[in-house]
Amino acid sequence: MCLAVPGRVTEIAERDGTRMAVMDFGGVVKDVCLEYLPDLRVGEYAIVHVGFALQRLDEESARRTLDLFAELGLLQEEFGDPWEAARVAEEAGP
Amino acid sequence: MKYLEEFQNPELASGLLADIRATVTRPWALMEVCGGQTHTIIRHAIDQLLPDEVELIHGPGCPVCVTPLEVIDRALAIAARPEVIFCSFGDMLRVPGTDRDLFRVRGEGGDVRVVYSPLDALRIARENPEREVVFFGIGFETTAPPNAMAVHLARRQGLRNFSMLVSHVRVPPAIEAIMNSPHCRVQGFLAAGHVCSVMGTDEYPALAERHQVPIVVTGFEPLDILEGIRRTVRQLERGEHTVDNAYPRAVRPEGNPAARAMLEDVFEVTDRAWRGIGVIPQSGWRLSPRYRDQDAERRFDVAGITTREPAQCRSGEVLQGLLKPHQCEAFGTVCTPRTPLGATMVSSEGACAAYYLYRRLGTPTVPQEASPVG
Amino acid sequence: MADTEILSGPAVVPTPAPDVEPAQAPDLSGWSCPLPLRDHPRVVMGHGGGGAMSAELVENIFAPAFGGPVLAALGDSAVLELGGARLAFSTDSYVVRPLFFPGGSIGDLAVNGTVNDLAMSGARAVYLSCGFILEEGVEMAVVDRVARALGAAARTAGVEVVTGDTKVVEAGHGDGIYLNTAGIGLVPAGVDIRPQRAVPGDVVIVSGQIGLHGVAIMSVREGLEFGVEIQSDCAALGGLVDAMLAVAPDLHVLRDPTRGGLAAALNEIAVAAGVGVVVSERAVPVPPQVANACAVLGLDPMYVANEGKLVAFVPRGEADAVLAALRAHPLGAGAAVIGECVADHPGMVVARTAFGGTRVVDLPLGEQLPRIC
Repeated sequence: MCLAVPGRVTEIAERDGTRMAVMDFGGVVKDVCLEYLPDLRVGEYAIVHVGFALQRLDEESARRTLDLFAELGLLQEEFGDPWEAARVAEEAGP
Repeated sequence: MKYLEEFQNPELASGLLADIRATVTRPWALMEVCGGQTHTIIRHAIDQLLPDEVELIHGPGCPVCVTPLEVIDRALAIAARPEVIFCSFGDMLRVPGTDRDLFRVRGEGGDVRVVYSPLDALRIARENPEREVVFFGIGFETTAPPNAMAVHLARRQGLRNFSMLVSHVRVPPAIEAIMNSPHCRVQGFLAAGHVCSVMGTDEYPALAERHQVPIVVTGFEPLDILEGIRRTVRQLERGEHTVDNAYPRAVRPEGNPAARAMLEDVFEVTDRAWRGIGVIPQSGWRLSPRYRDQDAERRFDVAGITTREPAQCRSGEVLQGLLKPHQCEAFGTVCTPRTPLGATMVSSEGACAAYYLYRRLGTPTVPQEASPVG
Repeated sequence: MADTEILSGPAVVPTPAPDVEPAQAPDLSGWSCPLPLRDHPRVVMGHGGGGAMSAELVENIFAPAFGGPVLAALGDSAVLELGGARLAFSTDSYVVRPLFFPGGSIGDLAVNGTVNDLAMSGARAVYLSCGFILEEGVEMAVVDRVARALGAAARTAGVEVVTGDTKVVEAGHGDGIYLNTAGIGLVPAGVDIRPQRAVPGDVVIVSGQIGLHGVAIMSVREGLEFGVEIQSDCAALGGLVDAMLAVAPDLHVLRDPTRGGLAAALNEIAVAAGVGVVVSERAVPVPPQVANACAVLGLDPMYVANEGKLVAFVPRGEADAVLAALRAHPLGAGAAVIGECVADHPGMVVARTAFGGTRVVDLPLGEQLPRIC
């Protein structure tokens, strides 16, 4: 459920008494309602679902998660993973 | 797209997979609750990479799928009225009611419009004061706040020609129901990240404790799913059952307080039938008494439309992990995405539809010869 | 909540253990659903979507009604022997909202679509007919603008509009302007390009980035509007096909992946030739803005329409030459090998995902709709 994607705020304005933003999704620009995240600022990221910003995206946390994934990869390289090696060998085939 | 692509990077999957393989010692059955997660798993074929010990059971988390037949029939009745502009998210148009779908209503002259946001429906109401504009308000806790806001704004802006057909559903009672089933095989849950973005995580510790199951809040990209699985398997192997947040970039413990307050104001909790499953107590939302005059069910007097669901559909078993979709005798024959019998075949997020669309290859349709795929 | 019967509601029969044959036939007495929706008593939008429903309409109503072996081949265009020449003949109707979109208009589409249908049998289009169906009340300036776009596109494609027709329908009975064009062209001697010729071993090439037209149209469609700096790829592909034929006269299959996108084109070929197709998802050129628009709307780029791309099935030995010829042409600069034709899983298209798994790429059903979940 709930296809929601991270976008970056580029403009904020009141419209019809409603707090609205223009948000950028990697080159795709859409109007988004900020009523649920009224303190979101230009430049910040938020998770957007059906035209509503529902939660601020914590960039620091995103980086930490990616670092963890990379670290697990390094561990795996160091200690090896025969199953993975077999898959890579298979993929390298025709 | 920043913060999306990074979590789709196949180069980073190997460490997660290696850790899962190094941790797992015996079979575990995990359920991803959310249809969006099922979609990711099947679309990227994540489940094919997991060790045999880890089985994924696809949960009931597709609001389109679980919208009861009866509500669809009510929607069709409203949409067919000449004074009505019926607005809906795109996924609902193809969901069949008893004898037709919204596409067909449009073919017969109904004014049915696809919108991206409930605010689009408000705009249509503003631009068409002489018409009745009805929005089909379906979805889980993620979609409920936007829909609640539309109802609230319509009230505030005096848009008397706007009403909503509400069939919202809530995740925690569904988890409760699944765990209470006598045949339940689920040992750990990947909770739906975006539901928790709104609701936070405070509904889950009691569930995890009562049923002794780990519940891991999980995101929607392939690496997020692997991380959710990894953390759930770790807990299971250690005999733990806590609530863990594997999606901290988008989920805070308190959720979104402004959205939760609006939900409290606009909706009230009610029992709700789930297509193919049956009534789950306290699992839905309807408009609260303050907003009852914006309830399309009342405005168009369709509450009397009741429909029994087909007996042949075994989606209840599929949702409990008792049956793989292709083991159902109707799968791929009587029941296809074109002719769905129940919840799980209705939208591409449903477990049966996902099997049909993406995994038909090598998936025998003769149930007795089938072996579990995974 | 202690009710353990919750999950055995009306739809659930007594529960057998997994992997065990169900004990009895399901009870059908209370079965209210479904009437199979394939038996639509009326036309719905999906019948024009280029997917499974369109195919059924043709197979169940048009083909039996018209008969004839040429139609039965169901190519994008018909190839006919006439007075010693081999003619390709095709027609297409154009209904697009809005009439003008980033990168083109209905006038460009009406020329390029028909020219491309002919090019997909190796023919260079020569003459076009053009029918205008105008809605009462549409501004004359709009008609003029469409007509001029159409004329300019024809000159670019090197075809001449030689006959036409105009009808007007009452206000409210059309979206401003509908167009129909038909075209004829000559198929060079020795050229035999049709879906049935795909064979295992063929290399599958796409001529450039996919999804541009569909996303450009969606970005200006009412209710979806979003900003994106891309344009429709709408273009006439006759020259590109000539360049391919110059290095590889034995091209097996060409198809322009319009409605239903790459997924529909590959499925049609797989079914027509009774072969399997394997596509490497990572090799398919998807521009970031198309990928991101699809992520926002919940669509799959493989199903999004193109109007200036082709997919080619090429004998393995000629693949390098064809790829080089494509890349040397402005309309094929982004060409890429995306997969191969195989003997396994005939009639089916399989994608190898970036994570190393596989999934079936099915024929789209009907209209592509944004989803929320």
